[in-house]
Amino acid sequence: MIKDDLSKIVSQAREKILSSVDSNVLNDIRVAVLGKKGELTSILKGMKDVPEDERPKVGALVNDARKAIEDALCEKRKALEALELSRRLSREKIDVTLPARRLRKGHPHPNTLALSEIRKIFTGMGYEVVDGPDIELDYYNFEALNIPKGHPAKDEQDTFYINKEILLRTQTSGVQVRQMEKRKPPIRMIAPGRVFRADEVDATHSPVFHQVEGMVIDKGIRFSDLKGTLEGFAKKLFGEETRVKFRPHHFPFTEPSAEMDVSCFKCGGKGCRFCKGEGWIEILGCGMMHPKVLSMSGVDPDEYTGFAFGLGLERIALLKYEIDDMRLLYENDTRFLSQF
Amino acid sequence: MRTSFEWIRSMVPGLTEDPKEYSDRMTMFGQKVEFFTDLSKDLEKIVVGQIVSITPHQDSDHLCICRVDVGQEEPIQIVTGASNMKENDKVPVVLDGGRVAGGHDGTKTEGGIKIKKGKLRGVESFGMMCSIEELGSSRDLFPDAPEDGLYILPSDAPVGCDAVKYLGLDDKVIEYEITGNRVDCFSVLGIAREAACAFSLPFKPALINETGVNGNCADDISVTIENDELCKRFVAREIRNVKIGPSPEWMQKRLRSQGIRPINNIVDITNYVMEEYGQPMHSYDYDQIAGKKIIVRNAKDGESFTTLDGEEHKLDPDMLLICDGEKPVGLAGIMGGENSMITDNVTTVLFEAATFDGTNIRKSAKRLGMRTEASGMFEKGLDPNNAILAMNRACALVEEMGAGEVVAGTVDVYKEKKEPVTIPFEPERYNEFLGTDISADEIASYFEAEELSVDREKKLVTIPTFRQDLLCFADLAEEVARFFGYDRIPVTALKGVTLSGGISEKDEVLDIARNSAFSYGFSEAMCFSFESPKVYDKLLLSEDDERRNAIKIMNPLGEDYSIMRTQTVNSMLESLSLNSSRRNPDARLFELGKTYIAKALPLSELPDERDIFTLGFYGEGDFFVMKGVVLDFLESAGIRGDIVFDPDSNNPFLHPGRKAEIKLSGESLGFLGEVHPTVLSSYGIRERSYIACVDIEKVLLNRDSSVRYEAIGNFPASTRDLSLDVPKGITAGEIEAVFKKYGTKNLESFSLFDVYEGEQVREGRKSMAYSIVFRAPDRSLSDDDVNTAIEKILKGLSDIGVELRK
Repeated sequence: MIKDDLSKIVSQAREKILSSVDSNVLNDIRVAVLGKKGELTSILKGMKDVPEDERPKVGALVNDARKAIEDALCEKRKALEALELSRRLSREKIDVTLPARRLRKGHPHPNTLALSEIRKIFTGMGYEVVDGPDIELDYYNFEALNIPKGHPAKDEQDTFYINKEILLRTQTSGVQVRQMEKRKPPIRMIAPGRVFRADEVDATHSPVFHQVEGMVIDKGIRFSDLKGTLEGFAKKLFGEETRVKFRPHHFPFTEPSAEMDVSCFKCGGKGCRFCKGEGWIEILGCGMMHPKVLSMSGVDPDEYTGFAFGLGLERIALLKYEIDDMRLLYENDTRFLSQF
Repeated sequence: MRTSFEWIRSMVPGLTEDPKEYSDRMTMFGQKVEFFTDLSKDLEKIVVGQIVSITPHQDSDHLCICRVDVGQEEPIQIVTGASNMKENDKVPVVLDGGRVAGGHDGTKTEGGIKIKKGKLRGVESFGMMCSIEELGSSRDLFPDAPEDGLYILPSDAPVGCDAVKYLGLDDKVIEYEITGNRVDCFSVLGIAREAACAFSLPFKPALINETGVNGNCADDISVTIENDELCKRFVAREIRNVKIGPSPEWMQKRLRSQGIRPINNIVDITNYVMEEYGQPMHSYDYDQIAGKKIIVRNAKDGESFTTLDGEEHKLDPDMLLICDGEKPVGLAGIMGGENSMITDNVTTVLFEAATFDGTNIRKSAKRLGMRTEASGMFEKGLDPNNAILAMNRACALVEEMGAGEVVAGTVDVYKEKKEPVTIPFEPERYNEFLGTDISADEIASYFEAEELSVDREKKLVTIPTFRQDLLCFADLAEEVARFFGYDRIPVTALKGVTLSGGISEKDEVLDIARNSAFSYGFSEAMCFSFESPKVYDKLLLSEDDERRNAIKIMNPLGEDYSIMRTQTVNSMLESLSLNSSRRNPDARLFELGKTYIAKALPLSELPDERDIFTLGFYGEGDFFVMKGVVLDFLESAGIRGDIVFDPDSNNPFLHPGRKAEIKLSGESLGFLGEVHPTVLSSYGIRERSYIACVDIEKVLLNRDSSVRYEAIGNFPASTRDLSLDVPKGITAGEIEAVFKKYGTKNLESFSLFDVYEGEQVREGRKSMAYSIVFRAPDRSLSDDDVNTAIEKILKGLSDIGVELRK
């Protein structure tokens, strides 16, 4: 009798479980069948009417029934969960091509970008990065660099003066002198900095611009070392395939002096609009430290030799990033700056 | 500097290279060629023609028909609109299929204009007769050409010959960038000497014949130099029976190639010699020289003088004058006087070749506002020994050209003769210096090629005086380098000790500033260091504001760029303004730049240059965004102490209720705030804008970049929320100061989670809600611990009128 009841309960429950479509219904079934007032529980309550010796057998039957129902519930629940998950996943499909949400980061100035490349190359070779004042004594800007009084380069039309002795530096080369006064060789340094020339603002001129000065002093420094160093620099800055050319030139504070051209990094030297058909682009001035400059700053030219170089930061930035108007560098239009 | 290629080749006869090859080699030898111009560019099939007949054109008032003999079997027919020619005139004729450089109005056409036979108003024309402009030249260089019309050639021009060649337009003009140290190369002779060296060819300058017949120059003129500092040498010679006339074609051609207009034989000779030798010369009308004497002296204060261009000048005592027995006759080294200038009627000429002090001439010319070709040369500092060579060359040309009779003898006042210097011959040292291995013989041969003499025994090199640039071993090493070839010098790696290198602490902090700014969307600006003194008023700075004490530039580009900035706010506002005016919807900018603060004015020592981190923005965001960037930077830079934002900040360009001084232990590191609306409108910025400035030096002094780990508390925290009833004038900073003061050592952190004003809050009060966290490192806090702390805090708050909300 009980056995029949049980199998009926199980089969009915199974039927309900199989046909249910959500987990709440499963829960109702669980309560209705297995709960405190559930069908199975009421059968257990009727155990007291079962003869003592049959009770274990009946108990086992009830347990089997419970297990069967629980298994069915569990199985169905898993199936429902899987179904629900797959529904949710398909419901939650997004259009991955919609625009990204990004933190809007700021951008470096092209000068800074160029300088950080240059700085990286030279600090990697053991150069120290130093600086000097923008407002400088005539002595450091001219005289100690072998540009004596009366030299045309000192003419007012090129140099901004504060008074007879104090001026806005026209070159970073004065830092060479300050460093030689400050420390003993060996010295390897670069000195980026702001310089000033009395040029009206136009597409290729600015009264304010930046240079990077470099200087090496040690025993036995040769012109060939200068060539090696700067060729290495050019290859790192513009690419391994870059070729360099040193042309004789004149600067009062170096002797011999040279200008360095690099093969055009746009056309590789074939000649293009960018290098004006030359295949070469002038990049920097350099030379062996003039013995007079060394001795004026307290370095014995019979014991030490050295080389120095200077390049225009804006020139590098304009070339590297193909900027065709220098004025853009100082306008600070965010549409320009955000490209770097 | 420019030279005629033909002239160079005349002195370096073996030179066969074309102008391009020549230019490349000269550049690598140290005389950089900027470019070269082919005077015959776009000129083709142009011959000398002679007009046989001129007949009017039936169908045109302004055209006529010419028959022109161009050296062919039959004259050709040419229709022309010109009217300045007559029968038998000789003219340049471009034949059918030829080419001219441009139009007769002087405009040049790229690639030239092709001339083809055709019909003009029905009459056939087989070519074109040319103006000087159509030949690519100008009336400047061919002064005998008419203003509008055909260029009429001399009557002896051979019919049918190449007119381009005949006019000297078959030359190339080479333009060099001569460096300031090579004064000798500002002359055709100097360049030719370099060219001979560069191509290892013999150098053959024109030989100078001895000149002079009859008489003695010294009987006719005396020269006295009163200031031998400013006039090192004065050479004078006399030419009698001068016959003024045109100079020969060859000379005119060369002068034209040099860009000089031929005038007459005497003037042309002095110009020619100046080009050839780089020595300016002057010619006086001898008969105008009073007292047969020349005196070189300083001008008297206020003395006036009329130069040969008719301009009168007021002089000062630093200027040098050439005078005769009575009056000034020339502004030394700049320009001669009207009173002694050469006219067509001159019979006796006095030539001057002098050496003046370069600096003095430059300054005088500048003060007078008259930089002439001569002064430009003297400025460079000329070799006095060159003066006599130039003089003798000029006299030789006079004889050669039959322009007059050169009187024998020379008056030459030359007190301190410039002697050649000798420096040691040190081939090993050059090699060591250059990293080369060149034999002493080869080095000696380089030197000798450029006229240095080498004494191998005494190991000395004698430097001729025209090479003022050679003074020490390094100078000679450069000569070795360029003769050997810069491109042949080896490429070596630096030897010697390795140095660690690296960047300074300041650069590190600047990089931290950049990174903080980048992460908040600020892009890097760069601004000028100078600005207008008007910005102080724009920034509402009071009359006694220290920031008005700016350093002034003596010779600025204009008032707008005349003072060194003492603050960076103006630059930032200008940049924001530019973005705003260009309708950029928002802008976030920062600048790492300097201010220049004088220790005292006028400046007697170098000023302080302060690196300032300036931030500015408009668009999305408010004061607290700016505050966040500033705090983020300070924290990243290693500022560990309590940073206080003090609303008492003396920056009148900021909104009075939205500004703060950024303070660390009472010291200001900078400020931030919203820009004052009045200031915004004077900069034309439409949007609310925010600005912050931090002094990098202060950050450097206060930073502690060491990082230490602090144990994470294992014991639970106790959190209490306080809802406070606060008088409106009390700031969060004041309340938080109370938390810090009374919160006991167990106070871990606090945060403001609500501020409210309005309904349910009494008039003049606001509600602020804080969450306060307590934690002890070694135990769980009891309620009593926390209550004690809270009570202390509340007591402290009640002192400033803050109560718990009821």
